[in-house]
Amino acid sequence: MTRMSWFNTVSLTLGFAFLYIPIVILVIYSFNESKLVTVWAGFSTKWYGELLRNDAFLNAAWVTIKVAVVSSTFATVLGTMAAYVMVRGGRFFGRTLFSGMIYAPLVMPEVITGLSLLLLFIGIGLDRGVLTIILAHTTFSMCYVSVVVSSRLVTFDRSIEEAALDLGCTPSEAFRLVTLPIIAPAVISGWLLAFTLSLDDLVIASFTSGPAATTLPIKIFSAVRLGVSPEINALSTIMIAIVATGVITTSLISKRQVVRQRREEQEAERS
Amino acid sequence: MSNTVFAPWDDPSERPLIKFQNVTKRFGTFTAIDDLTVEIFEREFFALLGPSGCGKTTLMRMLAGFETPTEGAIDLAGQNIAMVPPNLRSVNMMFQSYALFPHLSIWDNIAFGLRRERMPKDQINERVSEMLRLTHLEKFARRKPHQISGGQRQRVALARSLAKAPKLLLLDEPLGALDKKLRQETQFELMDIQEKTGTTFVIVTHDQEEAMTVASRVAVMDHGKIIQIATPDKIYEEPNSVYVADFIGDVNIIPGTATPSGDDTFAIQWSEETAPLTAKSAIPFALDETCHLAIRPEKVAITADKPDDATNAVQGKILDIAYLGNSSTYHVELTNGAVIKAQTANTRRISRRAFTWEDTVWLSWTATAGVLLAS
Repeated sequence: MTRMSWFNTVSLTLGFAFLYIPIVILVIYSFNESKLVTVWAGFSTKWYGELLRNDAFLNAAWVTIKVAVVSSTFATVLGTMAAYVMVRGGRFFGRTLFSGMIYAPLVMPEVITGLSLLLLFIGIGLDRGVLTIILAHTTFSMCYVSVVVSSRLVTFDRSIEEAALDLGCTPSEAFRLVTLPIIAPAVISGWLLAFTLSLDDLVIASFTSGPAATTLPIKIFSAVRLGVSPEINALSTIMIAIVATGVITTSLISKRQVVRQRREEQEAERS
Repeated sequence: MSNTVFAPWDDPSERPLIKFQNVTKRFGTFTAIDDLTVEIFEREFFALLGPSGCGKTTLMRMLAGFETPTEGAIDLAGQNIAMVPPNLRSVNMMFQSYALFPHLSIWDNIAFGLRRERMPKDQINERVSEMLRLTHLEKFARRKPHQISGGQRQRVALARSLAKAPKLLLLDEPLGALDKKLRQETQFELMDIQEKTGTTFVIVTHDQEEAMTVASRVAVMDHGKIIQIATPDKIYEEPNSVYVADFIGDVNIIPGTATPSGDDTFAIQWSEETAPLTAKSAIPFALDETCHLAIRPEKVAITADKPDDATNAVQGKILDIAYLGNSSTYHVELTNGAVIKAQTANTRRISRRAFTWEDTVWLSWTATAGVLLAS
């Protein structure tokens, strides 16, 4: 282990401090006894208890999870299909235009996406609620899925699919039995990406949600406008914990898989 | 025990297994296959040989069904398969990259095609075990492709493509990824398996040694056309063109003009300062017709003194010696500036070698040693 130079140590400390001090403060104050967020009055977990008794928050959380699961699943199906056509479809008329149009929502200001969806829903007379948020989230997160999946498909050895056809698969069987299992990790990370995007989206959800359905980010945002309460801190801490656990677990699993595969490959070459 | 030579292509009563009839394939403005007609017979080990971009891979992909011909018909056992999709053809392919399914075990890889046929389970078990035995992979059945070595992967790919007992097996540069020693071993293994299973093999390769070793017939291709189809010895000894002579093995090409001197013999005027060369040729040449004399280096003898009875003898100076271990190739510069290669087997130790750089030597060959080719 080489010692780090003082410059590197300072850069690292500053960088991490910049990123994490606000979050650490938020977490610490969620355990504050006092009702005032800026005054420390001793350790307590009472705000977590309060949170569990707050029906409005729990309802919003439930809506958020429902929306995230359903919309990310739709987005994954649509995004994977789009990616497959873009990478495997060969050169068809309007391909460049189509691929540009798939990626355009990535750089489209969210306000515009939200507004356009709102106008659409009003235009077709669809009442705003859970359904409209799901539709909106599917729309904007499917292009992220399509980016993740197509980057995997580009590096995918096409002859593996041809081998499946050669051995008697119809094109759809080849996709189901060979392509999909191999690109599954990319599809899953696409789903996770869509899920997190939906989970923390505020702008598009506020355009497309109605009085009947509010998501957690909207709820938090409107609560903060009436004054920050330690309950919000507690809620945010729980969200951070869930996300962090998910990220750490998946990265550990994939890292172990890579290490194991490399070791097995080396053993195979030696024998 | 039968002594009949395997040569269905010489038997007019034999029906070919595969027949390409005036097949043309274009990609946009590029013509990959140009009005090609070829017949391949049952139990043949047929090699498609040529430089990259000559159309050999396109030809194979049309047999597999991944490309459809722009014009012409492809018959397999008397049936036009030009438009039949790959999954409905009794043709299997072994891919250059092996294309094993990484998420399936070796056993499941081999069973994959049989399961698609809805074969009963006990028959699948039997067939997969047979394939594993044939390719000496019994120990690895439960492993995943990344858990075995490159040579073993190559055998899995072969076992998988043979499992369905296809009428025709296509091999796309099957040994390209193996090192030389393993490649040579595997060539013999391939021939052995081909003989055991009686399957017709079509192999694509750019390695002429590989094609010569394994194939019953070799087709040399260039620019979407087949230049010559013949047995390996005919391709080597009797190339039909300068291109084939030059592509297969090492060769001296001497351009000149022919003068018929009777009895299939021609005098070849090739240099102002040197006497004409003598060569026999079954193909007639007119007086003063330009021709190329192709002679293999190993058919040129190298001696210190002028041999008395040689039909052709030229004098020169050793320019370069390529020592290959078992043989040496001498590059000899003649008095007229031409360089001719002569190869001798190193039957003696290198310290006892007779010639060295700058030595003046005589090169000689018989009238039948070379082949006379039209330009």
